[in-house]
Amino acid sequence: MSGVHAHALHYHGHSPVHRLAPEVKIVAMFAFVAAVIATPTRAVWAFGFLAAVLAVAVGLAEIPMGFFLKRLSIEIPFVIFALAMPFVGQGPYVEVGSLSLSVPGLWGSWNVLAKATLSVGASIVLSATTEVADILSGFDRLRAPRLLTAIAGFMVRYLEVVVSELGRVRTAIAARLGDLSRRREAATLAAVSGTMFIRAYERGERIHQAMLARGYQGVMPAAAAPELPVRWSGMVAWAASAWVVAAAAILTT
Amino acid sequence: MTALLEVEDLAYTYPDGTEALRGATFSVAEGERVALLGPNGAGKTTLLLALIGIIQASRGVVRVGGVTLEPETYPEVRRRIGIVFQDPDDQLFMPTVWRDVAFGPANLGLDGEEVETRTKEALAAVDMEQQADRAPHHLSGGEARRAAIATVLSMRPDVLVLDEPTSNLDPVGRRELADLLSTLDTTQIVVTHDLPFALRLCPRSIVLNGGRVAADGPTAELLSDTDLMAANRLELPYGFDPGTIAGR
Amino acid sequence: MHVPDGFIDAATSVGTGVVAAGGLGVSLRKAARALRDFHVPLAGVTAALIFALQMLNFPVLPGVSGHLMGGALAAILLGPWMGAAVVSVVVIVQALFFADGGVSALGVNVTNIALVTAFVAWPVFRVVLKILPKTRLSAMAAAMASAFVSVLAGSFAFVLEYALGGVGGAPIGTVLGAMTGIHALIGIGEGLITATALGTVLAVRPDLVQGVADVELSGTDTVPTGRAVTTFVLTGLVVAIALVLFVAPFASPHPDGLETVAEETGFASAAQEHPIGGPLADYQVAGVESETVGTIVSGIIGTVIAFAIGLGVVAVSRRRARSA
Repeated sequence: MSGVHAHALHYHGHSPVHRLAPEVKIVAMFAFVAAVIATPTRAVWAFGFLAAVLAVAVGLAEIPMGFFLKRLSIEIPFVIFALAMPFVGQGPYVEVGSLSLSVPGLWGSWNVLAKATLSVGASIVLSATTEVADILSGFDRLRAPRLLTAIAGFMVRYLEVVVSELGRVRTAIAARLGDLSRRREAATLAAVSGTMFIRAYERGERIHQAMLARGYQGVMPAAAAPELPVRWSGMVAWAASAWVVAAAAILTT
Repeated sequence: MTALLEVEDLAYTYPDGTEALRGATFSVAEGERVALLGPNGAGKTTLLLALIGIIQASRGVVRVGGVTLEPETYPEVRRRIGIVFQDPDDQLFMPTVWRDVAFGPANLGLDGEEVETRTKEALAAVDMEQQADRAPHHLSGGEARRAAIATVLSMRPDVLVLDEPTSNLDPVGRRELADLLSTLDTTQIVVTHDLPFALRLCPRSIVLNGGRVAADGPTAELLSDTDLMAANRLELPYGFDPGTIAGR
Repeated sequence: MHVPDGFIDAATSVGTGVVAAGGLGVSLRKAARALRDFHVPLAGVTAALIFALQMLNFPVLPGVSGHLMGGALAAILLGPWMGAAVVSVVVIVQALFFADGGVSALGVNVTNIALVTAFVAWPVFRVVLKILPKTRLSAMAAAMASAFVSVLAGSFAFVLEYALGGVGGAPIGTVLGAMTGIHALIGIGEGLITATALGTVLAVRPDLVQGVADVELSGTDTVPTGRAVTTFVLTGLVVAIALVLFVAPFASPHPDGLETVAEETGFASAAQEHPIGGPLADYQVAGVESETVGTIVSGIIGTVIAFAIGLGVVAVSRRRARSA
């Protein structure tokens, strides 16, 4: 369950990007992704420029390429099915070797691979330069629904607690029942999920008691003012460059 | 000495009919350190919850610093009586230690500077200033325990109540905790099974059993009274003789 | 089931984004109003639990695995509004931090995985529970049915979105067939897990389950006999599979028995399970709206009937076991 550890998402540093207020980086990410999505599929050249824009951000954030590429490789499983499109799409077809591939399918594959990669890259820059807690504060200051960020905050906080509890249960099952077939293990885990929910409920109750004891009255206290100065100009310029590329692509296609 | 905390005839019955508290009465003076002892099921945790209105007693009065506990005064009472619950994982629910410690003062409606001052002060009191930006699940048991105490100290309570603070601590951790608590000059109530810890830290002990106060007196005396101990399912660790501890 | 960027065009992404934002907004407001505020930490810890459970794969076919989605379970336990909100948080965090689902596809993923599943599972659960005798086993049957239907509903929502703005030019019939086939199987797994998990909760703390909050269930303090549960589950399984395969119309002007790599179904850790393709039942579907609606409706009705039958079989076998 290695995907869980939030500290693996974050790359500690003091780059100019690290020192940007989180809400600026969140908006930057969404603005960049929007530009990527808006870029027409067939303007292949444009994606090269967008990749360059992203690379600028990666460079400014002083994220090592090895780290960045490793995080990027996580995306691969999720786009693998994009490779099916040339085989499933309708005509016109093109002969590639002995295969007859659908042309819209090929463009579809390209679309997914290019856009997903760029978009994941942008989210990596965000999560590598901003602690999860700060990202949630950023959303708070961007006026995301308070209940949503509160739930997300608790979820992130207790994720490792729950995952290690689940891990301990699986160990206990293995210790008692030996190597189970996947089906038996799945069935046992299903029953265990119920127990885990009860524990989650009781923990939720205890947390609430601790919150009440410290004066909680139904509303989470407002996110503290950012420790980092909120400077939008640099980000706006960067996002604008992505949009210039997208606009050029749209106009010339 | 004036009574800071007064509990009179506190009673509570759970929805399933269990009478957890049956008229507990005691008072604690300012500056005292009192241990709350008793077997499992004696009603100790129920008492703590009732003390600040998390559950509503069916009978009885709680008064702290002259303020009587009732729904309108919950916020004030909860500021004056600070409870550190047993599991630090339940107490530390924010993403960083700093935010957890700041949670209490923030809820009191204090302004940003004041919140920061109190947070720093509380962290310093438990020697956790260096760990302020760490995530709670990265703390060791002892660190988590200290951080949990800081989350309550930042509210500047008049009475600090700790529920089983030595659970999951190794012997050195226990001693360090006792040392820490003895440096804090807040009035303290320590719910504990750890009788040597109680003897070390608290001159006075209250024994709770069956929802009522069964005994109330100097800790060394209570622990030496073998009949009393047996009657309340209290037992000293093997080989421990309270009489040999130098007089407190 | 987590759609990446670039799969659905910009216009549809924006459209579903609006739908998702609206649906989530409504859910949050209703959840906040209906529940005591201690449900904030509960929702968070439950979200963590669902996230963790989603990392566990179960075998669906040789070489194919699925994972729990959790919308039905969240809805039955926490109510539809809080359930939808909780799974939404999981989906959003997965997209933003774990590259599971595209940032631009948030509208699609939140809608399909959190909103559609929770809002379909809840009424199906309640309706089935109303029809059946008020026992714990009935609640488990209702949970299985509602989880199964909710997964299918989520996949139908995806097909609709793909029809509106999908890229790659895959014929809708093929997409519908592939998605329905795989999700029918995932739905069975989700149904089993949801039913079993609910059974455990009902055995220990039935008061925690919103879905049965106003219902007195009998049999909650006893464990149903292993045979009864197995019989019920197997019956339900067999009938459900048979109905799904049987009901799908198989007339098509262009039969094209292709094996397709359908979609990712697992994401344990980067190193482990990968999206797995596999051979599917050759699914010929004439991609005409009325046929599709007919398929959906008969699928749902069929599932409900399946469980009524299943329950009847269980009742009979229990009587026989007792008199044996």
